Amino acid sequence: MLLIPCPWCGRRDEIEFQCGGQSHMVRPEPYQEVSDPQWGAYLFMRDNPKGWFRERWVHVHGCHQWFNVIRDTVTHQILVSYRMGEAPPELPSRSVP
Amino acid sequence: MMRYNAWNLFKQGLMGQRGWTPAWRSPEPKPRYEVVIIGGGGHGLATAYYLAKVHGIRNIALLEKGWIGGGNTGRNTTIVRSNYYYPQSAAIYDFSLRLYEGLARELNYNIMLSQRGIINLVHTRHDLEGARRWVGAMNANGVDAELMTPDEIKAHIPLLDVSRSARYPVWGGFLQRRGGTARHDAVAWGYARAASALGVDIIQNCELRGFVMGSNGQIAAVDTSRGRIQADRFGMAVAGHSSVVAALAGFRLPVTSYALQAFVTEPLKPVIDCVMISFATGMYLSQSDKGGLVIGGGLDHYLSYAQRGNMPMIRNVLGAVADQLPALSRVRLLRQWAGIVDVVHDSSPILGETPIPNLYLNCGWGTGGFKAIPAGGYMLAHHLATGHAHEIAAPFALSRFTSGALIDEAAASGIPH
Repeated sequence: MLLIPCPWCGRRDEIEFQCGGQSHMVRPEPYQEVSDPQWGAYLFMRDNPKGWFRERWVHVHGCHQWFNVIRDTVTHQILVSYRMGEAPPELPSRSVP
Repeated sequence: MMRYNAWNLFKQGLMGQRGWTPAWRSPEPKPRYEVVIIGGGGHGLATAYYLAKVHGIRNIALLEKGWIGGGNTGRNTTIVRSNYYYPQSAAIYDFSLRLYEGLARELNYNIMLSQRGIINLVHTRHDLEGARRWVGAMNANGVDAELMTPDEIKAHIPLLDVSRSARYPVWGGFLQRRGGTARHDAVAWGYARAASALGVDIIQNCELRGFVMGSNGQIAAVDTSRGRIQADRFGMAVAGHSSVVAALAGFRLPVTSYALQAFVTEPLKPVIDCVMISFATGMYLSQSDKGGLVIGGGLDHYLSYAQRGNMPMIRNVLGAVADQLPALSRVRLLRQWAGIVDVVHDSSPILGETPIPNLYLNCGWGTGGFKAIPAGGYMLAHHLATGHAHEIAAPFALSRFTSGALIDEAAASGIPH
């Protein structure tokens, strides 16, 4: 069971949240100059690391706010959460087991 | 290779069972091979077997970081079926099921294929319309499927609550009679034994550490925990770790890895003689030959490489069992586990070329890799041997994520994504 630290509501049970996947993806622009490979990569290619990962969560059964979390995908340890628009903290170095 | 037959069983019985030989060899890796296959699950083992058997390539190493069949091949719910919607999917999954139908004889290894039928339950008027359309598509694709009324379903699964007051009322369902289960370990071991007999080197406890790039932009060798191994061509079939291996080779995949849980109960007398899956809850269930109920459900919906599941999904799945099959509500669980599955946006596999010219891909089977083992191996072997995609595999190329020609099997993949 994850306890997820919502920046507004504090630590809550994971069943109140939905995960929105990878954070900080930037839509390629301007539209007229985006090639098919660039657009395909934006839509479909994903970082899928074994270790620390920046991801979005929404407090869907709470305050409805989106925010970012840094979580380890092997241990599920949550390092920190931060608000949308804040500068992403550095990822800790970690050797994957 | 010692054949498994009644005569050898009898003879070994007379000799005190002392004459049996290991089912496959465990050689030291050679410095160079024609083909190296990364991943010793069902798909990798099947690839090695079909390369040797169909294409006559015998100078093959198969690298497995743990023991063969110890990843998702040993963690699935052993279901085989081909009840998909689109023609491209029907072609590849039914090809797989047909290979399964002849596999025990071909490998001289009893994979315990049991075509007991798989029933998809529908719980709303709209699902029923969807099911009619689905059955129509399957029949048009040449795959067996038949609609069932609630009464027919009740006769088939007496445990199921189909009453009007049921929490999930049953509006009907459909049956694929050729679907069923097979013994997952036997599939891995059968392919391993047959491939080894054809000369394939199965190298366990051999973890990939990195790729050594040649000057021509191709992979020259792999660095492993058991040393450097050169090869002309490489295939990868590593399921949930596909993105990790791709990152070592320097490219990304449209894959997200999730934990998919499974459960097995204490052994019971026979209570259900088919596979059932419910659209309402995502819960699916069958009974193993030992009597345990093998149960599955949805994904844990966040990226995970932890081979264990979370509590909310356990509650969802087991709550569904208790609601839909009330007589089972007090059955105790023996074990619970999870495998890491490689989920793709359109719930269809990714087969064939990668951005690296001599590295070929078999991944993206997501929640349904076990049923596809024979086809996945056959297709990767074809690509490695001939340099182009088999016509059945061609629609599943990585390039579809640039062209937009997705094959969206979200519903037929069984597990809600």
